[in-house]
Amino acid sequence: MADLLQFLVSGITVGAVYALLALGFTIIFNASDVVNFAQGEFVMLGGMITVFALAAGLPLGLAALIAIVLTAGIGVLLNKLAIEPARGAPVVSLIIITIGASIFIQGVAQIVFDKQIHRYPGISGDAPLRFAGATILPQSLWVIFGATAVFVALWLFFTRTLTGRAVLATANNRLAAALVGINTRYIMTLSFGLSAAIGALAGLLITPITLTSYDVGIPLALKGFAAAMLGGLGNPFGALVGGLLLGVLEALTAGYISSQYKDAVAFIVIIGVLFVMPQGLFGRKSTERV
Amino acid sequence: MSLLQVEGVGIAFGGIKAVDDVSFAVKPGEIVSVIGPNGAGKTTLFNMISGIYLPGAGRVMLDGQDVTGLAPHRLAERGLSRTFQNLQIFQAMSVLDNAMAGHHLRERSSVLADLLGLPASRRRTRATRASALQLLERVGLTRAAFREASALSYGALKRLEIARALALEPRILLLDEPAAGCNAVETEEIDRLIAEIAAAGTAILLVEHDMKLVMRISGHIVVLDHGVKIAEGDPAKVSRDPKVIAAYLGTDAAAASREEGADADG
Repeated sequence: MADLLQFLVSGITVGAVYALLALGFTIIFNASDVVNFAQGEFVMLGGMITVFALAAGLPLGLAALIAIVLTAGIGVLLNKLAIEPARGAPVVSLIIITIGASIFIQGVAQIVFDKQIHRYPGISGDAPLRFAGATILPQSLWVIFGATAVFVALWLFFTRTLTGRAVLATANNRLAAALVGINTRYIMTLSFGLSAAIGALAGLLITPITLTSYDVGIPLALKGFAAAMLGGLGNPFGALVGGLLLGVLEALTAGYISSQYKDAVAFIVIIGVLFVMPQGLFGRKSTERV
Repeated sequence: MSLLQVEGVGIAFGGIKAVDDVSFAVKPGEIVSVIGPNGAGKTTLFNMISGIYLPGAGRVMLDGQDVTGLAPHRLAERGLSRTFQNLQIFQAMSVLDNAMAGHHLRERSSVLADLLGLPASRRRTRATRASALQLLERVGLTRAAFREASALSYGALKRLEIARALALEPRILLLDEPAAGCNAVETEEIDRLIAEIAAAGTAILLVEHDMKLVMRISGHIVVLDHGVKIAEGDPAKVSRDPKVIAAYLGTDAAAASREEGADADG
């Protein structure tokens, strides 16, 4: 029982990061139909920038803020310099551009930062809490809290604010959104900035637990993408469920079977789900009237 | 002064001139129709005026200002709105939300006030909602307000698109085949609706295949064939024009019509 609790906690922690990644995929996909494979690099940047800002002597709060703002700026640049100029190109080309951007960001990170593995202490220290026989890192609670805060804030943003509703309208029908006066290019830029900021937050929260280095982005991007597909690409709620499910599946496999099989089992389950429900768990069936 | 002035616009797709050197003007509150056989370039002309395509030649003037190639959302700010032949509706939203989305430009609010649900922001949403409901009533969709847009019939969606465009309070409204796919009763409703909109001062530029509708409501008609303007004038003049008859019915009919005209003269 204590084991199960232990696995669940670590699963939910990793799952929360996957959910944030999947959310990043979802936001950009909704605004532009692009699957942004550079999403993992935002997570890497969030961690690495925080590492180096801390090393420069800044307090954690300020370092985190700098990491989020800089990464959001890089997200905006990615859209302005790589995606927007290729507007009108087929979506597949845009997706390949994001893969190129991912490799480029990794290369630059190697030069600007270094090739070492880094970590910094958790926000509330590294002394584990004991609860019903399970050991919980306080940082796990911060990750879960951070993810919850992001999802609640975004939900409010999308349901209540004019800008948030403009994002939803653009996702629903870009031409119709332009017709009612929504600047859809601005919405795309906003979506890239927002996704990058969310990725950075995930990265700086998880670094004390999983460590970071210049090359953590691509495996994370694949996991985040898988989580988004599992939940149904395009649905923020699906991103949350897909991420948590994937994290918990991995943790249970690692705990009860073998950590060598954790990726395999997770992906087998995803393939199984997508066989039966190609739209993912909460995806909408795409219908277009002619 | 004319509200919309189209000056010699043209566009070519891979060497084929889809629209060539077309000029005409629309005055405030006027209903102008663009007609022509299938493939005459009517929708292409619309797409150039509304910023979807960048014209290869010529200018589009709105209120004396050059708006050629301006993005659709900029044109919306300047009072030009349109509907599409093949519908551009927020399918996954409710009918009411579609109409509310049309108010986007008129709503001013801060993100923070909205997030906190401050009274001012709630009041604004209520006002938008009331206005949207009023527009839905005007196009006869009150009963469908809370249904998802994708559940509506084609004719109803046509009217929803008009309601959403009207929410922008445009000075000129471009309607691309508003009566296509509508039954006789619905066509009559659209006919009445267009006349009302024009009477309220909004200019209408119309592409329509229903000739009875066009002849009944238009003040001015522009006829295109193979991308070129072949005739222009009031309905009575255009319907007698031999070039127009030839374009629609073939040259024999035009010849017959000429003979008829000669008989009448003689």
